[in-house]
Amino acid sequence: MAATLPASHYEDAKMQRSDPMGRPPEKRRPAPWADAAFSVLAHSAAILTLLLLVGIIASLFIGATPAIREYGLSFLWSSDWDPVQDKYGGLVMIYGTLMTSLIALVIAVPVSFGIALFLTELSPNWLRRPLGIAVELLAAVPSIVYGMWGLLVFSPVLATYVQQPMPAVFGNTPLLKSFVSGAPVGIGILSAGIILAIMIIPFIASVMRDVFEVTPAMLKESAYGLGSTTWEVVFRVVLPYTKTGVIGGIMLGLGRALGETMAVTFVIGNANQLGSPSLFEAANSITSVLANEFAEASEGLHQASLLYLALVLFFITFVVLSLSKMLLAQLKKGEGARS
Amino acid sequence: MKFKLIQAAVVVTAGVVSTASWAQDATGAGASFPAPIYAKWADAYSKATGAHINYQSVGSGAGMKQIRGKTVDFGASDAPLLDDDLAKDGLVQFPTVIGGVIPVLNITGIQPGQIRLTGQVLGDIYLGKITKWNDAALTALNPGVPLPDAAIAVVRRADGSGTSFNFTNYLSKVNAEWKSKVGEGTAVNWPVGAGGKGNEGVAAFVNRLPNSIGYVEYAYVKQNKMTYALLKNKDGNFAAPDADTFKAAAAGAEWNKSFYQVLTDQPGKTSWPITAATFIMMHKLQDKPVQASTSLKFFDWAYANGDKMADELEYVPLPDSVKALVRKQWGEIKDASGKPIAYK
Repeated sequence: MAATLPASHYEDAKMQRSDPMGRPPEKRRPAPWADAAFSVLAHSAAILTLLLLVGIIASLFIGATPAIREYGLSFLWSSDWDPVQDKYGGLVMIYGTLMTSLIALVIAVPVSFGIALFLTELSPNWLRRPLGIAVELLAAVPSIVYGMWGLLVFSPVLATYVQQPMPAVFGNTPLLKSFVSGAPVGIGILSAGIILAIMIIPFIASVMRDVFEVTPAMLKESAYGLGSTTWEVVFRVVLPYTKTGVIGGIMLGLGRALGETMAVTFVIGNANQLGSPSLFEAANSITSVLANEFAEASEGLHQASLLYLALVLFFITFVVLSLSKMLLAQLKKGEGARS
Repeated sequence: MKFKLIQAAVVVTAGVVSTASWAQDATGAGASFPAPIYAKWADAYSKATGAHINYQSVGSGAGMKQIRGKTVDFGASDAPLLDDDLAKDGLVQFPTVIGGVIPVLNITGIQPGQIRLTGQVLGDIYLGKITKWNDAALTALNPGVPLPDAAIAVVRRADGSGTSFNFTNYLSKVNAEWKSKVGEGTAVNWPVGAGGKGNEGVAAFVNRLPNSIGYVEYAYVKQNKMTYALLKNKDGNFAAPDADTFKAAAAGAEWNKSFYQVLTDQPGKTSWPITAATFIMMHKLQDKPVQASTSLKFFDWAYANGDKMADELEYVPLPDSVKALVRKQWGEIKDASGKPIAYK
């Protein structure tokens, strides 16, 4: 660096370094206790976060103990949920949570991929920014708005145009039949899954777009230079280069889908029993049963079972989020190697 | 700078503490069904006297938890507590207003009051035994009414609620199979149906879903102009839901024996079968006599001046004889020295 500086500058710099001009101004001298105090504050903030996490797990565990003692792991595959008889099992809610999130991912991942692909490779330049901002704005819509929209606007459409014709089409196919049965009300696992998909698309799409943009232009242009089509470039060059980031984004979306409460409560139907594996059947998710029943749950097994469910959800999201963190960390490493 | 911040924090904290311990305030929590009338009473009461009543509409079960934990001055519930449970927790309960739970439906071309139901049939619909509107049991009850050949979309509460308690209590009384299979409670194991959150959730579902049936509090029927069904009462007459039929049902209750009165399936020529009172619970022994006195004064004032407001919001005020019984019972609420809390 220094060699490129003009000689005069170099000389100036040398002079200043060897001759300090007096003491630093009085005002800027640090008080010795301030450093110590700040260090204590910063440390305790960090420790507090950890303590909160441990505290939440511990209190969930203590609260759920009666249910854990009563049912053990069989809670996870029992589908009874009967507050009158005081018998509880979490299968329906666990199934509802996983199934709605799965549907959401199945829809959201290809759509988000398409959005990201369009924004980074195909879109004309003038459209890129407004469209990107529009996608990000979708992420800022409160979830209750999605829920009400799902209940009042979307589910009637789903009932009339999808659910009612379905049995006529698949009604006689043995395996598919059970997946499309049920009263055509437009409320159930499928609607919840679709609403969740709409909610997580902006998250996944913006992460995908960001990582696609990280792909070095040199790599892409080399591929184009070898005669690749846009699709080949994206699928063979961009996607392999950004795969950890893409998976991290999907995991973030999944984490949100698993934890979403209000929007799901509106459209899932809140039924604690599952008559058939039909996607149109009203079911329940862990978060929505918590939202609905916690306030009125009698102390004892009912409350303990709800806390047990919360613990299960905590475990599921913990696994998903730690996976995503690991993948994102790997992406960061990859970013260093760019150019 | 730092000291200023600390000073500010201290001032703010002090401010919060001082408002919380304001002598004139009383806090209650519980049932959502009477929340509109409590809010209206509280507003009028604070204008009349300057005392503030904070009511948190958190649900009956949560209200009971809070009053047991003594985090509020009074709890509210749509389901009364058994006398034994009251004694165990050292609580007293008293009714405030009366309302009704109404079956509502949404069938194109059907007018309010055109469909007649019995408890047996209503129970069978909610059991999933009657699944079509043109089922023989329904056509027999409703000769000449054009009932469609369509599946019944059953709607019920998803959250635990006093409304569900009164509804399932009624079904248990009139439908033996319901009693043995499902039973009664603020939350039950519903055999069929989609769940809406709160009265407004059920009302929204019923309005939205064609050929649906649900049950809501009377105020929601009035406000949303919903199609209600007539219900056969214990005396064999079909009653329409309104203040008079609720009053008729409440008239038969033996309030002087106990305030534990579930007003479903009451005798009386015109009584509405799913009538319900809503209740307030307070501790007999008060460690915060000032707040307890504010609460009691508030309810005393509401009994004296609140009937018109209750009417406006589609609640039925208590008969004067019951109010007198409640005031008598307030004598049991005492402070640490054993002196009854003043409510005048």
